This record gives sequence, structure tokens and C-alpha cells, in this order.
Amino acid sequence: MSTGNMNLTLRIWRQNSGKEQGQLVTYPVKDISPDMSFLEMFDVLNEQLVSKNENPIVFDHDCREGICGMCSMVINGRPHGPKSGITTCQLHMRSFKEGDTIVVEPWRAQAFPVIKDLTVDRSGFERIMAKGGFVSVNTGTAQDANCIPIPKDDADASFNAAACIGCGACVAACKNASAMLFVSAKVSQFALLPQGKIEAVARVKNMVAQMDDEGFGSCTNTGACEAECPKGISLENIARMNREYFVANIKQ
Amino acid sequence: MSTTSAKFLQSSLGKKLLMSLTGLFLISFLVVHCVLNALIFLNDGGVTFNAGAEFMAHNPLIRIVEVVLFIGIILHIIQAAILTRQNNKARPVKYAVYNGKAGSTWYSRSMGLLGTLLLLFLIIHLKHFWVLSRFTDEITSGKETLFNEMKEVFGNLVIVIIYILGVISLAYHLMHGFQSAFQTLGWNHPKYTPVVKAIGFGFSILISLVFAAMPIAMYAGWIK
Repeated sequence: MSTGNMNLTLRIWRQNSGKEQGQLVTYPVKDISPDMSFLEMFDVLNEQLVSKNENPIVFDHDCREGICGMCSMVINGRPHGPKSGITTCQLHMRSFKEGDTIVVEPWRAQAFPVIKDLTVDRSGFERIMAKGGFVSVNTGTAQDANCIPIPKDDADASFNAAACIGCGACVAACKNASAMLFVSAKVSQFALLPQGKIEAVARVKNMVAQMDDEGFGSCTNTGACEAECPKGISLENIARMNREYFVANIKQ
Repeated sequence: MSTTSAKFLQSSLGKKLLMSLTGLFLISFLVVHCVLNALIFLNDGGVTFNAGAEFMAHNPLIRIVEVVLFIGIILHIIQAAILTRQNNKARPVKYAVYNGKAGSTWYSRSMGLLGTLLLLFLIIHLKHFWVLSRFTDEITSGKETLFNEMKEVFGNLVIVIIYILGVISLAYHLMHGFQSAFQTLGWNHPKYTPVVKAIGFGFSILISLVFAAMPIAMYAGWIK
């Protein structure tokens, strides 16, 4: 064993399908380098499981550089693990100590049913987006960018909301499994810009209706979503969506 | 894009708006209740306090407001029950390990529990004073004054402790509820939200201390 490498005990949620019951299964892992990412540690474990003719652990991952929003693990009770402002793939094993026991569970929400092991079905987010997370524009030559003046603060706030990668950590962190932070970010990124104002009323009403239909909980303003969001999406967006929604319902 | 959404008050946001508005209304009631009851601290044998209680008992406008107040309380409780049920359903399989304190305060996650404790306290509290003054002739006949009734009720240590526990539940319920109501209304501003939060925190502590001082002062005999 090289210096600094760790032996850890993993307790990982195994579940064959959404229809079956799952349970935590204990896996000891040896000689883990502190420089590995959390997902690389899973790769090592899966190699071992495959070589023993066991089923590897299924988990979502894609870019492994913190921008795609695919990786989704609740690590020791926190979505994306103990560090703030990062996704699971950006978490490194140096955040753990020799001998640690690490519990890994999927995002838990009625609206995010488990597909297998740590992979959940997040297509509910896509159905919400399809209800209004866009602007309807005619195709053709883009007009000159300076035709529509936009205050810098609004542009920045819109961009910050648009930084949401739709990973679902907000839902996983919320005691009510509420999707308010996600939906409010997607409403806000348009609500702040002139291009988004045209369809603002229908957008917020339709997206909120779909959010409720998907079975996400409601917001009790605990702030857990904001604390666990890897992209630092602010609670201001939730307040903005509340305003947008009330105004939309007064108008229409 | 055409609108396809359901009715406003059936939506989660509509229900939350109702929670927020009824909550703020109940806070405004607490202020009136607290100021009026604080008249006992004048220590004039309850003369001013009884006069205030008399006014509240016979003013027709207050009678109407009392009905509105009960509607507010009931709406707040019913909406809370509906939302809590929906929120529990939103996570059928619980986490084996859930580190809630990493991102939120315990009392913000326990509003339902704190609210239930408050409801239990409210039942005891209404039984002590409201039922006596509205549904018996003890006070209207002049046999008893509300001030004397307070002294009698708060002569019992167990009741004083129940009241203090009720007030502690109130403090934590308000600490989250006050600023949460503004967030739900959409009043979030980089400059003013910290002010709202500070006022909410100060208000929760202050009003709870004043309320707690009443049974304590009466039990200790500081108020003659």
C-alpha cells in the first residue's frame, strides 16, 4: 500500500429495479488513493465486482467534470457529498479518512423513481422543461445583440439562474423532495430577460402545474436546496418564481 | 405557449401563499395579544388590564375580528395538514442517513411538530381563559376578573411550565415562519431580506420573552 492510501467501508444502496425492494450492502474497499475522484473509486469497486462475477453497481455519470448534472449520489446524507459547490464527480477521496464508513444512496423522491441501484429516473425535470423552459423564436438570421439593451445586473442574475445543470440535488436535499429551486431557476433565467417576458405568464403557470403533477413536494423555505446546490443557485429565484406565479394568476 | 394550469389555490404555490398570509395575520394578532396582556406589568392590581379585557370582550368590531381570527387559525392548520401529507408522500422511501443540519436549521424542518405543540398549547390556553370569559358568566357577572383568573391559573407550577414550553415552541415556530412568510410572498431582496430576517429573529425572541414573563411573574408573586 502506498503512503496515504485508504481502506474504507462502503455501504451502498442496491436495488434491482423500481419494482423491487432495495437495501444497503456493505463493500470493503482497499488501497484507495486520496487523489481518486469518488466515481473513480466506484470504477475500482465495480472492476472488482465484475472480476468476482457479481453485478456492478449502476450509477449515473457522464462528463465527470461537474457540468452535465448526471452524477447523483447522496453521500453520508448529503447530495453530492460533504463538500459544497461541487458535483459527486468533483469530490475526491482526500475528503475522507482512513477507516471511514461511507453510506451512498440514490436521490430519494417519489418523482425520481429508482431505475437500478443509484440511478434514478429524472425525466420529470424534462417534462417540466417541455411545459415552458424555452422561448419560442422564429428561425432565421439572429438580430444584432445590441438591439435589445439589458441591464448588466439582470443579465448576470439570469446567467446565474441558467447555471443550473438540472442534477436534482435540490430535490434530494429537500425534506419535502421539492423541485422549487430547479423550476425557479428555469423560470428565472427567462423572466429576467426581455425575450422571456412575452411568454412569462403561460411559462410559470404551466411549469408549476407540471411540477405539482410530477409529485414533488412543496417549498417550506428551509434553504437546504441552496446549501446543497453544486451551482450555487440562490433562493432569490424561488421568491422570484412565487412573484411570477402570483402575478400570472392575477393576469390570467 | 398556451396556459394549461389548474386552479390557483389547488397548486402548491397557492397553498403556500395561504399559509404565508394566514401566518402573518396570526403574527399581527400575537402583537395585539401581547401588548394588551403586558398591561399586567403596570402592577396596578389588574385595573388597566381588566379595562382592556372588558373592551375586547364587548366591542362588536373585535367580535367580528375574533371570528376572522379563528378562520385564519383553522385555514393555517388545514393547509399545513394538506401540505404535510403531500410532502410526506413526495418521499416514500426515507434516507438511511440524512444530514439535514448541513443545509438547514432544525426548527425550519420541524414546523409541523412545533405547530402541533402550539395547537395542543392553544387548546389548553383557550380552555383557561377564552372559554371562561365567553361561555360562562363568571366574568360578565362580575364574580371574577380575568386578572384574578390569571393569578389563579398561574399559581400552579405545572401550568406555568406548560406555558413556558408553549412559548418556546412559539419562538422557534416564529423564527422560521416570520421570514419564511416573506419569501413565500416573493419578497426577497438582497438589501431588505437580511433586515426582514433580523426583525423576524428579534421579534420571535422578544414576543416570546414577554409572553413567558407573564406566568413567571404571576407565579413568583411579582405582580400583586
